[in-house]
Amino acid sequence: MATGAKKGVLGLLVIGIVGGIVLWGGFNWAMDMTNTEKFCISCHEMKATPFAELEETVHFTNRTGVRATCPDCHVPRPWIHKIVRKIQASNELYHHFVTGDVDTPEKYEAKRMELAQHVWASMKKTDSRECRNCHKFQSMDLEKQESRGADAHDPYYWEAVDGKEPSYTCIDCHKGIAHALPEGFDPTWNTPGEG
Amino acid sequence: MKKRIVTLLAVCAVIFTGGAIAGAVDSLRMGQDLQDNAKEPAKKKQAVVQGGIERSYKIQPPAIPHKIDKDRIDLKANTCMNCHSEKTYKQKNAPKAGESHYTDRDGKVTETVASRRYFCNQCHAPQVVAEPLVENTFQGAK
Repeated sequence: MATGAKKGVLGLLVIGIVGGIVLWGGFNWAMDMTNTEKFCISCHEMKATPFAELEETVHFTNRTGVRATCPDCHVPRPWIHKIVRKIQASNELYHHFVTGDVDTPEKYEAKRMELAQHVWASMKKTDSRECRNCHKFQSMDLEKQESRGADAHDPYYWEAVDGKEPSYTCIDCHKGIAHALPEGFDPTWNTPGEG
Repeated sequence: MKKRIVTLLAVCAVIFTGGAIAGAVDSLRMGQDLQDNAKEPAKKKQAVVQGGIERSYKIQPPAIPHKIDKDRIDLKANTCMNCHSEKTYKQKNAPKAGESHYTDRDGKVTETVASRRYFCNQCHAPQVVAEPLVENTFQGAK
């Protein structure tokens, strides 16, 4: 190979690597920017209803002052799932800018059941993956929980009840803990194995 | 004229002595001047009582033996009913809202909690961990 061609290949390689780092870094940086609560509540739909409701719950106000932000529960952490969720979010942008489906609290209320059911379904499907980023069974001190909670979180209790591994996931009992429940919510939906 | 003066004196006497008597009463403000800022109340926690709190009299609405600060009762949802409803109380090991709660004012049986019984904490009160402010010898009905 001629020296000139060699140089050209080398140059191209360097440009490719540097350019790749910049683009990849920039892409992830931009994605992280959209992964902040500040970004989420820059839309009035999010700020006026779901965020205002969150502020009253234990995931915002509590004893120790540790709190969850929107993406902690609504954006998966594993990269591939995060990308999938980000692509799905383009649908939310469409509804924000084009249809304005939930741009007043009244419209939001009218769609709340549908929106809530989407979130419940996806959490059920992923075995409440986002809950488990923070809440881990092996770190739960059942002694410190109230008796009913402790029973429900105790795998030995479930074994005694139905002789099986627990097959329920967080969202099966904990719907409506961070946002208001939709009108028409049936209490059996928070009680697996009943109704 | 004389009559008028007597009346005036009488009125003055009533005002002055009345004022003195009022001053002597130790009000609920515990001698704190009206102009002072109120003392900050001590912070109290909601009590968690295993097995519930016994009634003090026969038809007393039972007191709530757990925290309810994160529960919501509004037009759309009533999170108390997640555990205390007809459909879920067994699984949740919670006392069921009584049958009277499913009867409206015309005596009709309703499927969900009747609207006049909807706001649970109008009758059922959570308790805090606190000593009684004054000595109390009340004994509940047994």
